[in-house]
Amino acid sequence: MSKQVVEKLKSNFGTLVLSDAEYRGETTVTVERSEIVKICTFLRDDCGYNFLSDLCGVDYLGRTPRFEVVYNMYNLTDKTRLRVKVLVDEQSPCVDTVSGVWSTANWHERECWDLMGISFNNHPDLRRILMPADWVGFPLRKDYPLQGPDREPYQGRLS
Amino acid sequence: MATETMTINMGPQHPSTHGVLQLILELDGEIVVKATPHIGFLHRGTEKLSEYRTYHQVIPLTDRLDYLAPMSNNLGYVLAVEKLLGITDLIPARANNIRVIMAELTRLKSHLVWLATHALDIGAMTVFLYAFREREEIVDIYEKVSGARMTSNYFRVGGLSDDLPDGLEAIIRKFAEDMTGHLETYEGLLTGNKIWQKRTMDVGYISGQDAIDIGLSGAALRGSGVDWDLRRDAPYCNYDEYDFEVPVRTEGDTFARYKVRLDEMRQSIRIILQGLDKLKPGPILADCPQVCLPAKKDVVNTIEGLIHHFKIVTEGFKPEAGEVYVGIEAPKGELGYYLVSDGSAKPYRMKVRPPSFVNLQALPQMVEGVLLADVIATIGTLDIVLGEIDR
Repeated sequence: MSKQVVEKLKSNFGTLVLSDAEYRGETTVTVERSEIVKICTFLRDDCGYNFLSDLCGVDYLGRTPRFEVVYNMYNLTDKTRLRVKVLVDEQSPCVDTVSGVWSTANWHERECWDLMGISFNNHPDLRRILMPADWVGFPLRKDYPLQGPDREPYQGRLS
Repeated sequence: MATETMTINMGPQHPSTHGVLQLILELDGEIVVKATPHIGFLHRGTEKLSEYRTYHQVIPLTDRLDYLAPMSNNLGYVLAVEKLLGITDLIPARANNIRVIMAELTRLKSHLVWLATHALDIGAMTVFLYAFREREEIVDIYEKVSGARMTSNYFRVGGLSDDLPDGLEAIIRKFAEDMTGHLETYEGLLTGNKIWQKRTMDVGYISGQDAIDIGLSGAALRGSGVDWDLRRDAPYCNYDEYDFEVPVRTEGDTFARYKVRLDEMRQSIRIILQGLDKLKPGPILADCPQVCLPAKKDVVNTIEGLIHHFKIVTEGFKPEAGEVYVGIEAPKGELGYYLVSDGSAKPYRMKVRPPSFVNLQALPQMVEGVLLADVIATIGTLDIVLGEIDR
């Protein structure tokens, strides 16, 4: 089933689909960042992925581009999952918002901005959500120390 | 006559916000014009912490997400790690069986707290006392299997930390059989009660389409007529071998969600009783020495067992690089774990998809235009817990 979706995406968007992978029975498609809204709308309307389970950012420090934004979506009709990713570079970490496609993306994107520092263009309400409003820095980035900024590293056992 | 709206603050120290939730409410008289939730007061950085711990050391952190349903959190996490390792099929039948029994007891435990506090918020105090009495029995069962009443840390990657103690099966069976009668008691106090109906019918309405769009899951979605349950639609832990129904109601209001959850509890009792019937002696840990801790008797009696134990505890295990997303039907909805491995002994990234976080997002649209008193009912019916919202 998900193979067909990948084929469908490729035939409709051609080179905008950068790669696809299969791991432990889960399909991941990496697509071009600039067209994410168009691709998500297509997936929702023409492929039935009407439920966005989760959206999050991953920091691959040392890799270029550094960040990934991951969309885990679900098809409520045929009960299949699909994972879509976009690559986001360090210089301008931003993606167009998909909150117009699934309203549930609103808070997920706020969280991603709050903790990972990836901003979302045209987002209706991009504020910090878990951290205090005046917080400086993005805690889930790999170069953000676990004990917080300007503090001695914890001397005890961490793992 | 000039009128203006008034902005009032509700929470974070308010008993009916079910934790540290703050709502800024804009009111026109007693009608809510706009509600803005503020969250994060309980943020403990679980996802960040998990990147600094081995896979096994993350399990106790998951207890503290939805602290009303710790074993469901454990379950989602260990299933994700097992999928990452590719050992899902190696989990012994007895371990899966006990996992299902405990997961369903957890559902009852979580729903009992929901019912108790929801009813208390609306003014029905008696139910609170009854529901907590029954919850106490589940907490005792928790204590017997795991040693802890709340933070169980019972499941392990590959199986369970320990087998059920002697005599516990009879206790669980007795509890499950009695529970049906208790549910009748709750329903007797509430379902036909005119005040209860007035406070819940047509309150907090959301249509099925809106519910899908905003990402509602679990009973909140099934109360709006969307027939979706991950236990049936993407079975894990051999849920497909159990005979149960998925209750669905189409009204989309608070009363519908109340009925769905109560019917769900009846189904949980059915599953628990079936699970007890299926229970057969056997191993409780998968046969993969590179992942699972050895049996305690080997650790204390043999040098090989001790070395094995030492290696797993200090070094952990290293799944190959890859990523998985596993969603389970937790009491509050779809609980998802997205795990990324870079081939080391610690998760490179763990993202939790907490059902309460997403369900709470629907609150502003559900309370727009309703009375202030109905905000309380709507928070209750969404069944949120701030531990997993703030993580």
